[in-house]
Amino acid sequence: MSMTLVEKIIADHANLAEVHAGEIVVVHPDLVLANELSGILAIETFFRHGRDHIFDPDQWVFVPDHFVPARDIRAANTARRFREFAYENGIQKYYELGRGGIEHVLLPQEGLIWPGALVMGGDSHTCTYGALGAFAIGVGSTDLAALMVSGELWLSVPETVQIVYRGTPSPWVEGKDMILYTLGQIGGDGAHGQVMEFHGALLRTLSAADRFTMCNMAVEGGAMTGIIPPDAVTQAYIVAHGNKYYDEKALSTTYGNAHKIIDIDITGLEPQVAQPFSPANSVPVSAIGDVPLDQVMIGYCTNGRLEDLRRAAHILAGRSVHPHTRLLITPGSQQVYQQASAEGLLDIFLAAGAMISPPSCGACLGGHLGVLGAGETALSTTNRNFVGRVGDVKSRVYLSNPTVAAASAVAGRIIAPQELPGLVSHPQQVIPTTELWSPLEVTA
Amino acid sequence: MIEGHVWKYGDNVDTDVILPGRYVSLTNPADLAQHCLEDLDAEFAQHVRPGDIIVAGSNFGCGSSREMAPLAIQGSGISCVIAASFAPIFYRNAINIGLPILVTQQVAAETKQGDILNVDLLTGRVENVLNRRIFQAEPFPLLLNDIIRSGGLLPYLTNNRQGLK
Ligand code: SF4
Repeated sequence: MSMTLVEKIIADHANLAEVHAGEIVVVHPDLVLANELSGILAIETFFRHGRDHIFDPDQWVFVPDHFVPARDIRAANTARRFREFAYENGIQKYYELGRGGIEHVLLPQEGLIWPGALVMGGDSHTCTYGALGAFAIGVGSTDLAALMVSGELWLSVPETVQIVYRGTPSPWVEGKDMILYTLGQIGGDGAHGQVMEFHGALLRTLSAADRFTMCNMAVEGGAMTGIIPPDAVTQAYIVAHGNKYYDEKALSTTYGNAHKIIDIDITGLEPQVAQPFSPANSVPVSAIGDVPLDQVMIGYCTNGRLEDLRRAAHILAGRSVHPHTRLLITPGSQQVYQQASAEGLLDIFLAAGAMISPPSCGACLGGHLGVLGAGETALSTTNRNFVGRVGDVKSRVYLSNPTVAAASAVAGRIIAPQELPGLVSHPQQVIPTTELWSPLEVTA
Repeated sequence: MIEGHVWKYGDNVDTDVILPGRYVSLTNPADLAQHCLEDLDAEFAQHVRPGDIIVAGSNFGCGSSREMAPLAIQGSGISCVIAASFAPIFYRNAINIGLPILVTQQVAAETKQGDILNVDLLTGRVENVLNRRIFQAEPFPLLLNDIIRSGGLLPYLTNNRQGLK
């Protein structure tokens, strides 16, 4: 029996010739990620069960990013114990503040992810790495503790649903809009426990940044993870980030057997905005009505890559943030921050009246660095707008791509970018000018 | 056998409302319990009694992987969570920490706030004590059953020194 891409990756890591959806198997992940919050709970559980040393330090990446730079004394102590545990256990891949960033921007950038890899992370957005053809899933802290003990973990092999995009969207559409639209079509639980495997001619021409954004939000469709079969774009990204080549043949023989195929027509698609309180609550930006904004947030793990900041800068150059609105920019990593600085993007943001925050989850999960008060409304490029996610239960969060967010910061209310006077084109249209080589295209 | 009053919720109850981000630096179940479901149902933490049962719709525990969410529920004294379906990470977390869960669409559809359920965790039999209706939850796969019976993943690993096989 043939296998899907994900079944193939799981079989390789379970030491089995074949695995199929529904089976429970034990896998040995190539890489395990912990942040200071999932990590501290795992460390406590690990110690409580009488363990002291981690099974394989080289399997681990430790990234403090949620409540750091420490927002209060408790957070400082959590980060301290997390750091000490990493040192004591000889975990080399520990990324201190000022040398790291938000985990899901950081790991691919550091060359830690490759096609065919199996990754488990103590964070639900570990699914981001599917953009590089890895099978990457979020797990809990007890899972992390078990991985500390034995280096392996149980897994229920998921079904795969292929999402196939057809048609050509409007020039303002980015990866974020494609995933918001998809979530709107299938619903917040539309891919329950499955893998969303993304396909379509347009997808093949999307940048790695757009792909990360899409896979980042697979979990918002109830999926176990998202994945994009590796191709030339993947190859170029991993080579540029110092990673190994992958066995293209081994992976490419396995795509055609999805459990379900969903066709999504994106002809003429407009940028999307997800309304409170679900990422699946998306509508075209033109249908949003009058939504005045107290705060706009650009960056984080969903849209905090250099390409995203360039898009925001393209809009903000020579313009100013609306007097009644605050604009927070949060680069996804130290490297993104440096590159944005070198390209002059930070000067554009500062001149426009934005505030730049250090790479940190910050307000994305209502932690610190810009949480919302009662009755406040924000537009954010993050991935969740649940009740109370960014602060007070009575605050409201809308989600969009960085271009819409930047234009809306200027207008002080949610607008489509083309409504800004003098704006002629999108900085990085996703519509291809030349066909990229793509031998792995599904013909379904 | 468990018997308890039902706290009834709908679909897509996310972990941000089960345990809001502002409290995720807490790790002790008793501390977490004070904020359990705070952003969805302010009454819950004040009035929940040991043994009570949460019944919810589909995709319970979606969103963040934070294990503080099932720990908060466990700390509240909830004896079992019954849902039409659980989000994949929450499902793992609950089994791993030894929080009893059952999957059944029928109970989710036919139970009301304040009903009293009698639950046999070993067999998955659920009885509504008020109207004597009986339901059967989906069985767990073998390995997960073993983990559940051990009281969680770490106790399981301690009992089975050769690992997860
Ligand atoms: S930026 Fe937000 S979504 Fe991303 S890892 Fe941090 S808290 Fe999670």
